[in-house]
Amino acid sequence: MAEWTPKPPRPAPASSVGLGAWARRNLFATPGDVALTVLGSIFIIWLGNMLLDWALINASFSGDDRTACLKPEQGACWPFIDAKLGQFIYGRYPEAEIWRVNLVFLFGFAGLVPMLVPSAPLKSFNIAFLLGLYPVFTFIMLTGGLFGLPRVETTDWGGLLVTLVVAVTGIAASLPLGIVLALGRRSRLPVIRYLCIGFIEVFRGVPLITVLFMASVMLPLFLPDGVNFDKLMRCLIGVALFSSAYMAEVVRGGLQAIPKGQYEAAAALGLGYWKTTRLIVLPQALKLVIPGIVNTFIGLFKDTTLVLIVGLFDLLGIVQFHFTDASWATPETHITGYVFAGVVFWSFCFAMSRYSIFMENRLSTGR
Amino acid sequence: MTEDDDIISIQNLNKWFGNFHVLRDINLTVRSGEKIVICGPSGSGKSTLIRCINRLEVHQEGEIVVNGVRLDGSLKNLEEVRSEVGMLFQQFNLFPHMTVLENCALAPMWVRQMPREEAEALAHKFLARVRIPHQAAKYPGQLSGGQQQRVAIARALCMSPRVMLFDEPTSALDPEMIKEVLDVMVELANDGMTMICVTHEMGFARQVADRVIFMDDGEIVEENAPEAFFSDPRSERTKLFLSQVL
Repeated sequence: MAEWTPKPPRPAPASSVGLGAWARRNLFATPGDVALTVLGSIFIIWLGNMLLDWALINASFSGDDRTACLKPEQGACWPFIDAKLGQFIYGRYPEAEIWRVNLVFLFGFAGLVPMLVPSAPLKSFNIAFLLGLYPVFTFIMLTGGLFGLPRVETTDWGGLLVTLVVAVTGIAASLPLGIVLALGRRSRLPVIRYLCIGFIEVFRGVPLITVLFMASVMLPLFLPDGVNFDKLMRCLIGVALFSSAYMAEVVRGGLQAIPKGQYEAAAALGLGYWKTTRLIVLPQALKLVIPGIVNTFIGLFKDTTLVLIVGLFDLLGIVQFHFTDASWATPETHITGYVFAGVVFWSFCFAMSRYSIFMENRLSTGR
Repeated sequence: MTEDDDIISIQNLNKWFGNFHVLRDINLTVRSGEKIVICGPSGSGKSTLIRCINRLEVHQEGEIVVNGVRLDGSLKNLEEVRSEVGMLFQQFNLFPHMTVLENCALAPMWVRQMPREEAEALAHKFLARVRIPHQAAKYPGQLSGGQQQRVAIARALCMSPRVMLFDEPTSALDPEMIKEVLDVMVELANDGMTMICVTHEMGFARQVADRVIFMDDGEIVEENAPEAFFSDPRSERTKLFLSQVL
């Protein structure tokens, strides 16, 4: 009988690997594909050209008032952004106290970055700082009135500062609250279950604008005379409750995806309800719904613009407010301002989106 | 035999799912070290019976005493029983977000309050015993079915259970993986573990069982030593069943 020898592997034909093969397969496979590729390329070049013209070539970059942005074929009016940047970031926060806001931003950044890097050490310390020390520090620094810091009323806050305060508070409060509500909605105890269902359905069923109006206009009517707490604080509570209702439903979706066998295996090992929830159910459920959680975060981040309705100036609100400045009244002021606000919002949301994809991949355990 | 040797005692057990009478007047005592195989057609209540023993299913009538603790619905008794009774499932039910080692060390750490190093040493010991010492750092999703089920055995053993319940542990496995799991179960039996197995593996029943129980329609139809059970069954129903599975 003939001896069997394994065939040595040969390299793949040149026509099936490399850039040329990729282009043939994906861009020029059929006449239709060729047509689409050509049309798409033309569109992209046209769009890119237009943007380039507007944002760079025909744009103004320096100047102290509207005269800088009045040439024919005028593109973006960047000096407007430059002149107003302080307002866009801090609102009417007193100039002499702006270092306090910067310090809060800096500490927040310094606390958040190692938190987001999974391999960074001292995680529990980091969490304690972000959830314990940092909010207290932020509150004292931003509002003042203690340790010789002059008091700054929240009505003077504005711009990116308000956007971030509202969004970060909403995000930080909505996840734990949402988890509690989702667990409560699945509770076997009817009182807890119906309370949670009622809360979720009420807050999910009304528009955020209504919640904000209720918080800023109606709530004071129900409070006893003399009790009056800050408008921004009321908005924060409204936003946090609103987004926690959404978050609860996202988390519940994850809880429902956990097979019954996981609960049974945990029970059979002697783990009780809380340990099972914390060690087995939530880690899996939350991982499953990372896209939904981040989706809610992104929605919440953009919904912060609605605080304009109750008279708070977030980033978009303050950009729009400065359109009324006569010394910057040019045909391009509006569009430049909106593009700037759009790019800032988009950067934050895109960063969240990319981070969620990174975490999804990292937490994937091969099933 | 004295009363003290009875590790499980089930008296007049009745259970309903809604209006469906799934377990009817079950009486069963298991002595320490005994190996019992329960077989029967699907829907006969055999899985439900062993799930009643660690109260994954709640019974309505009768009495179940495990290791001297009566299952009466009190949370304290329940957790005491569950920490002494290990269970294997058809679908393994490993925790997919934890490594094999973490799966095994979890319950000793969180139920027995064992320090991490000690729990992990224990886990390594039992992983070696089920012959997968080198997979400790992997996730369950990276293992074959047979390996996963052996991890599940190691995970249960880490709690040093007095009794092990097996709910069709090989039914979801490819044929060539059944043997590796059964081999581990046979070893476990030889080491003196008290075992109650719901299984269709009649070879296993013949080899290790002290008693074979045949159930149908929620009742124990026949209870016999394996030789007698297979060669000379008492009831016609058992004969019919054996003629179909052997």
